[in-house]
This record gives sequence, C-alpha cells and structure tokens, in this order.
Amino acid sequence: MNEILGMASIVVGLAFELFGCLGLVRLPDVYNRLQAATKCVTLGTCGIMFGVFLTFGPTAAGLKALLCIFFVVLTAPVSAHAIARAAHRSGVRLCPGSVVDRYEEDMAARGGDSGSAG
Amino acid sequence: MRFARGGGRGAPGVSAGGGMKSRLILFVLGLAVWAVLTWPPTARACLFGPPASLLAALLAGEMFVRRPYALKDPMRYAYFALYLPLFVWECVKGNIHVARLICHPDLPINPGIVKVRTRLKSETGLAFLDCSITLTPGTMTVDTDPDGGFIYVHWIDVKAVDVDGATRRIVDIFERILVRIFE
Repeated sequence: MNEILGMASIVVGLAFELFGCLGLVRLPDVYNRLQAATKCVTLGTCGIMFGVFLTFGPTAAGLKALLCIFFVVLTAPVSAHAIARAAHRSGVRLCPGSVVDRYEEDMAARGGDSGSAG
Repeated sequence: MRFARGGGRGAPGVSAGGGMKSRLILFVLGLAVWAVLTWPPTARACLFGPPASLLAALLAGEMFVRRPYALKDPMRYAYFALYLPLFVWECVKGNIHVARLICHPDLPINPGIVKVRTRLKSETGLAFLDCSITLTPGTMTVDTDPDGGFIYVHWIDVKAVDVDGATRRIVDIFERILVRIFE
C-alpha cells in the first residue's frame, strides 16, 4: 500500500518538475522563469522526496528524504528572492507585456540609486 | 538603499544571556538534525556530531534566536501547526494554477511587480511571509522594505494593481496566522 502511494507521489512530483521545465522554456523574462523554476520544481522535488519517504518508511533513507524536503523548502525561496532582487537591481527589465512595476517606481522616487548599496 | 537589511533593528530584550540561550538552542537543534541525518547511530556519527554542532553554535549561534522568550509560548506552536496545512494547500492550489498557465497554448500571463503592505515587524515573521509568498506559485518576493512595512511581489497573473487589492489577495491569508506566531 505504502509503495503504491509512494509511486503516486513520485509521479505527481515528476509531473510538476516537467511543468517547471516547460515554464522555463516558454515564459518570457527572468522573473517569470524564476517563478516556474523555483516553485513547480520545489513542489516536484518535495513530491519525489515524500514518495521516497513513503516507500522506505522511517529508515535511514526515508528520514534523509524528509530532511531534504525541509532544507529544499527553506532554501529555494531564499535563492529565488536573491536572484530576483539582484536581477532587478542590475537593471533587468520586465518583459514587454508586463502591466505594472511598483518596485521600479519606488526606486526612482528614492533617487534612483538602485545600483549602490548603503 | 537600505532595503532588506535591518541588521541592528528591533531585537528588544536581547541581553548577554540571550546570546547564550540562542547558542544552546542552535546546539540542540544541530544535534537533532545530525541525528536524523545519520540515523542508525554509529560510533563515528556520535563522535563527530557534538563537536560539529558546537562549532556551528559558537560561530552562528548569536544570530539564531533574537527573542528566546517567544519560544516559550505554546499558542505560537498551535498556530504554527494550523499554518502548515494552510500553506501546503495554498502551495498545491497555486502550483496547479501556474501549471495550467504554462501548458495553455496562448500563455495567458499578465506579469508585473506589485507592492503590498504587511503588519509584520519581526525579522523572522517577515522572512516567513516572504518565503511563503515565494513558494505560493504565481507570486514571488522581489524585495522587502521593513521600515515602511512594504513587500514588492512579482505576480505572474496580476489581478489587482493597487496596494490594498494586492494585499488582500496575496498577503492576508498568511498574515492573519503569522501575526499570532511571530509577533
């Protein structure tokens, strides 16, 4: 029973990984691509890890998989955040179809010193 | 710009004893993670675990917990237990939404960076909110302005351009609970 559930979880995880990669290819700019790359892939990886945990149970491999989920969830958003912020600060524009960029507006209002820290 | 730094900000109640307590908590947590990582306990693992945790605690322990007294409140843990399933549900729901957008032949996205307001003040609370927003698909935190209480969020499918509307759609659902956990 656990093995079947584990397999199902791994399949769902793989599907989300696939969507993430598709998004990476299809979406227009760095921010949209980051969205696909961090989230679909995070959920996909978590799904695969959880499937491993269900299959192996609370053994050495299963517990390591759970720990991996914890650390992936902890680190993936931070790295996405860092890349997005760095991209915006180094002047990467949003794709032409974008509707609004409040960050740009506020940066300009503060004197446009977006390149320098401090 | 002073965005997303706030190193010396806040942190009331930090005393000489606070740093020690924080180190101790990190040491115990480090040991726990080590135990899970090397699960069937072997002599070698038991030999290297404690010194490694001690080193981590000495190097980084000071900045780990800024308000040790907040850890004693059981209600915070209860709300955290409530928060986890909500977060997982939102995450799955949003992932399906984004997967649908990606697979749609016309790619019907409507991206932009909106500004939202937050009531959270503590660094941990803000970090949790940022990461929750980022992990909920469709939205991704670009920068935080802790002094003004604003977060800049990249939204793949913008539904509200104004601050209030965006706040209601992105932040409120998490913030209601996070306020009780981290403030």
